[in-house]
Amino acid sequence: MKPAPFAYARATTLAEVFDLLETHGDSARLLAGGQSLVAALNLRLASPSVLLDINGVAALRGISFADGRLRIGALTRHAELGADPLVAQHAPLLAQAVPHIAHAAIRNRGTIGGSLALADPAAELPACILALEAVLVLASREGERRVAARDFFQGLYQTALRGDEVLAAVEIASQADVPCTLQELARRHGDYAIVGLAAQSARGALRLAWFGVGATPLRTPRAEAALAAGDVAGAQAALAGELDPPEDLHGPPALRLHLARVLLGRAAAALKGH
Amino acid sequence: MKLDLSLTVNGEAISARVEPRMHLVDFLREVLDLTGSHAGCEHGVCGACSILVNGEMVRGCLMLAVQAEGAEVWTVEGLTESGAIAALQEAFVARNALQCGYCTPGMLVAAATLLKANPSPTREEIREGISGNYCRCTGYHAIVDAIEEVSRA
Repeated sequence: MKPAPFAYARATTLAEVFDLLETHGDSARLLAGGQSLVAALNLRLASPSVLLDINGVAALRGISFADGRLRIGALTRHAELGADPLVAQHAPLLAQAVPHIAHAAIRNRGTIGGSLALADPAAELPACILALEAVLVLASREGERRVAARDFFQGLYQTALRGDEVLAAVEIASQADVPCTLQELARRHGDYAIVGLAAQSARGALRLAWFGVGATPLRTPRAEAALAAGDVAGAQAALAGELDPPEDLHGPPALRLHLARVLLGRAAAALKGH
Repeated sequence: MKLDLSLTVNGEAISARVEPRMHLVDFLREVLDLTGSHAGCEHGVCGACSILVNGEMVRGCLMLAVQAEGAEVWTVEGLTESGAIAALQEAFVARNALQCGYCTPGMLVAAATLLKANPSPTREEIREGISGNYCRCTGYHAIVDAIEEVSRA
């Protein structure tokens, strides 16, 4: 199908983005990589009256490292994320996730900011951000505010972003030389995961963030505590009380819970062998 | 509302006025009459519209034409004329790596992109490289054979 008509505006500075958001309000959508939004436009699942193209906003670009923290600009494309040496060093979980995201052509356009702002519960990057306990930098005319990943994802495709804000960057405390692993099961390479797990060790503790099992990416604290204590079976058993995956085309909840236990076993082995 | 658009397609400078809602593959097909790139699923799944924009493979259906302002676009027509994919095209014919041919232009772009990044891929890497491109005729085996043959030439 073809998109319904819309107007199109390009911004090159954040100030222009804020102006355009103020002028157009809820009838506008920000266009970053477009790999979900343009598909939704083509399918007429979305029909904004204005698209605000932010691809030219330099302030949203770039990856830098200072004071023990990695800052990833929202317009960083998946392919850039997967190839960046700073990301590989300080947030290897993200580098591991990239090959699982769709296909090469999509990774050349799709952005980390777009993926996080969309908050698809089956996507890899929101779960990684949760496992990394990253901080999201939200910019508006009033300035920047910082929101923890656990407070950012609020429901199915719902985030803490306000209508006058743009996701500017993600900040992550360095995880250099700390074990991590990304595990997922998909029917075909590049498909959305049936179940996925982003696991990040952290000073004797462990963070498990699941995707594809609920309305948002989810942490499982009891499984985390059991696995951190070396009790793989206990961690797998704990999942039954912590995950409540919905039934969908992939199969019934019990199947997905089983697959989550399988992934947890694989993640435990991967972290141990790190 | 139409917007001015200037870009380079297959080495030729193009100026046009387009509606913002027109995606790039429709612009190529309907305005420039370059019908080699195919509009299949139009939601980024099938890969038949794969083209090169500024040297990188993208989905022509997931990029608006107006977003290609100033870009350098290459389609299967230009890649054929320049000879850039001649060896792949020859191998696809020799190995019977197409039947209806609908997926072939996108498949060739994906194959060329893969071989540029990884000149000696394993069969598994070839399958991963073309995993974003659907073929409903061949079962992929002959396509993998053809790409492998070119990588070993």
